[in-house]
Amino acid sequence: MNACLDIRDLSAVLPNGQRVLRSVSLAVQPGEVRALVGESGAGKTMIGKAVLGVLPSSVRIVEGDIRLEGEDLGRLQPKARRTLIGARTALIPQDPLTALNPSRRIGSQMTDRLVRILGWNGERADTRIRQLLDEVQIRDPDRVLKSYPHELSGGMRQRVLIAAAFAAEPRLIVADEPTTALDVTVQKQILRLIVQLQREHGTAILFVTHDLGVVAKISQKVSVLYAGKVVEEAETAALFAAPQHPYTRALMAATPRYTDPFASLKPVDDAVLAGLAAEIAAADQAWRRPHG
Amino acid sequence: MDENRAQGRSVSPRLWLAGGWLLLALLAAIFAPLVAPQDPLAQDLMLERLPPFWIDGAEPGYWLGTDSLGRDLLSRLIFGGRIAFIVAFAAAFAACLVGSTLGLVAGYFGGWADRIISRIVDVWMAFPPVLFAILLVAVLGTGLSSVILAIAIIDWTRFCRVIRAETMGQSRMDYVENARIAGYGRIGIMLREVLPNVVPSIVALLSLEMGIAVIVEAILSFVNLSISTDDPTWGGIIAEGRLSIHQAWWVLVFPLITLIVTVLSFSQFGEALKTRFDPVLR
Amino acid sequence: MAEPLFSVRGLKVALPDMTRKPLIGRAPLAEILKGLDFDLPRGSVTGIVGESGSGKSTLGRALVRLLEPSAGSISFDGLDITHLPEAELRPLRRNLQMIFQDPMSSLNPRRTIASIIAAPLKQNGLGDNLKARVTEALQRVGLPQSFAGRYRHELSGGQRQRVGIARALALSPKFVLADEIVSGLDVSTQAQILTLLEKLAAEMGLTVAFISHDLSVIRRLCRQVIVMREGVIVEASATDALFDNPRQVYTRDLIAAIPLPEIDAGWLDIPAAIKAPT
Repeated sequence: MNACLDIRDLSAVLPNGQRVLRSVSLAVQPGEVRALVGESGAGKTMIGKAVLGVLPSSVRIVEGDIRLEGEDLGRLQPKARRTLIGARTALIPQDPLTALNPSRRIGSQMTDRLVRILGWNGERADTRIRQLLDEVQIRDPDRVLKSYPHELSGGMRQRVLIAAAFAAEPRLIVADEPTTALDVTVQKQILRLIVQLQREHGTAILFVTHDLGVVAKISQKVSVLYAGKVVEEAETAALFAAPQHPYTRALMAATPRYTDPFASLKPVDDAVLAGLAAEIAAADQAWRRPHG
Repeated sequence: MDENRAQGRSVSPRLWLAGGWLLLALLAAIFAPLVAPQDPLAQDLMLERLPPFWIDGAEPGYWLGTDSLGRDLLSRLIFGGRIAFIVAFAAAFAACLVGSTLGLVAGYFGGWADRIISRIVDVWMAFPPVLFAILLVAVLGTGLSSVILAIAIIDWTRFCRVIRAETMGQSRMDYVENARIAGYGRIGIMLREVLPNVVPSIVALLSLEMGIAVIVEAILSFVNLSISTDDPTWGGIIAEGRLSIHQAWWVLVFPLITLIVTVLSFSQFGEALKTRFDPVLR
Repeated sequence: MAEPLFSVRGLKVALPDMTRKPLIGRAPLAEILKGLDFDLPRGSVTGIVGESGSGKSTLGRALVRLLEPSAGSISFDGLDITHLPEAELRPLRRNLQMIFQDPMSSLNPRRTIASIIAAPLKQNGLGDNLKARVTEALQRVGLPQSFAGRYRHELSGGQRQRVGIARALALSPKFVLADEIVSGLDVSTQAQILTLLEKLAAEMGLTVAFISHDLSVIRRLCRQVIVMREGVIVEASATDALFDNPRQVYTRDLIAAIPLPEIDAGWLDIPAAIKAPT
């Protein structure tokens, strides 16, 4: 069986030749939640953008391929690629406010995608959206559909976007830090909703986050990123039981835990960072050799 | 970092081209008596409507040809530049001083100061600027100082609006609260913390305003409301050129090009300077 | 035990509500803090925790008197500062310092790091020996002398926050407000900044109000905690007591909602009330 998402040896560079993705490989099986965890600049959002075909124009993919259910995106014509990505994937963004057009009502924004990309008629789209709003536990769909984005709370907006993401039955959802802007209690509700819907619909999720706590709670597999390189990849349970890479261990020790305040919040050792820098430099050198 | 450097590269040619033209025009205007090949006022009916140098029938020494009174066009443009630059600098600085001060006060202090200043600006901007200028010059009388005064009186609102908005944005920054925590007074904070951060915008606007002042002066000259018609002004030359467009197109075209290039240079120069001044963009 | 550094009684703060501002006229006032009573004991770190809209940042700004309370009283070091005008506050400012959430916005982009740290010193009559004092302040937060001439955009997020701390502590204040000072930082940097603050607070015997949304961080750093929600204090107690035995349902929910970095299959299925907000 084909993996839902299969990224192999993906490298991307900036105009000055600096690599921002360093031979990234990862596969997401159907119905699986794969976490991408790393600090700022780790390239985790970049991978999500590459999958969705929305990399900034300054970033160029120079090697590797991305397959969606076996289809190599790089081999498709731009229009065919857009159609494929539009039909099989969806995004749950970080900031639910800027992801919605402030001057349009929620309802028309949600149905738009179904009508435009999937060619559904308005009535079918409307029924579908209401069904999804019910699944994300929005009890007064009429009011919400008629609202403008600013009239809803942050948690409500994120529910709307989750409903919109699942509405077209994508095979893969890229969730880009979807709870980072939310309060903890709301975050928990939203994470629960995402996992519930994910299980019911059998959707695979590429879950981008900086928070190892969130990783532990929602994913089956995890890739730890540093400077655009996957430094460790493991089953989530295995990673937390026995992290292999020194950077993973350092990240875990730095993450605060109220249950163990003095064993956590440990600053990352300089030796770990030096080791990482050396690892990255060696990888770059090995990569440059055949690439001139 | 590298992104910034790339930006710096794209800024430079713009800065050099615009700055180069402005410097050239400015020097020519300052040293007009030395630079101009002919007396701009000398009429010679034997030499009327000479074409520019590359067309048959041109005379050496009259590079851009002559007008219908036989006056040298290049010399008139160079001398016209004097008026243009004097008006540009004086009017833009006057407008800037008044507008930026009021904008800074309105934006930083808010409340009543802001309400009063903003109302005045709103009312001011309801007047059509060109009509306002013509009206003002009609009241103040023609002459260089009236033109400068008129432009300043009309255009301070441009500074006021932009600087007010910028100041409001800067005032919300934590470093303003930080200065209060450090024990600074309100006026001290405004001058020490906020003002330096709106200076790039002031510089850009100032340059833009100089271009606008050049245009307004040309318009006033065009309708014969600027200074005495003996002295060549760009607007005056354009007005004359319009009358002989079919016989001597160059009398209209060259001053127009000069005007457009100068105004464009001012605005480009301002934008480039703003980028240069900004420590973050630099 | 000495009297507390801060004594707050019946504190109310009302701010103009811009979302309900009519087309003409003033915005109506919205009460952000609805009558708070608490003390901040000397020489210890007190955590103030709450979610967005709880009023925790407003409370912080009232403590350092960037905002004027609409009712109640704030007494600082035995002096009633509730309604002191700006000019009379100025001599007190050196003892009421603040570290901001966003070090990007709290450092003036046009000033060098040295000039930023020197400003409060000069303003508070410590202008002599300025260079040495700035160097000392930089050293204290682990930044080399070479940073003095740099600008904020040349620094990383963690370095910027170190500068924020250096500036606040340069005056050896009695009180420091730390408002979400690590929420914009990466985990590894966050740990560095927090251990730095922890160390300096202990060394200098500072009284700190540590505002945060992160209870895990609070537990590590604070001796006592104030839990806020919608402008009122839900619960205030010693840190260990709060975590070991939370008295209020809200506090319990707040603690339970923290995703710890450890496997817990049941965490998501805890029937935390999923009710649609109205």
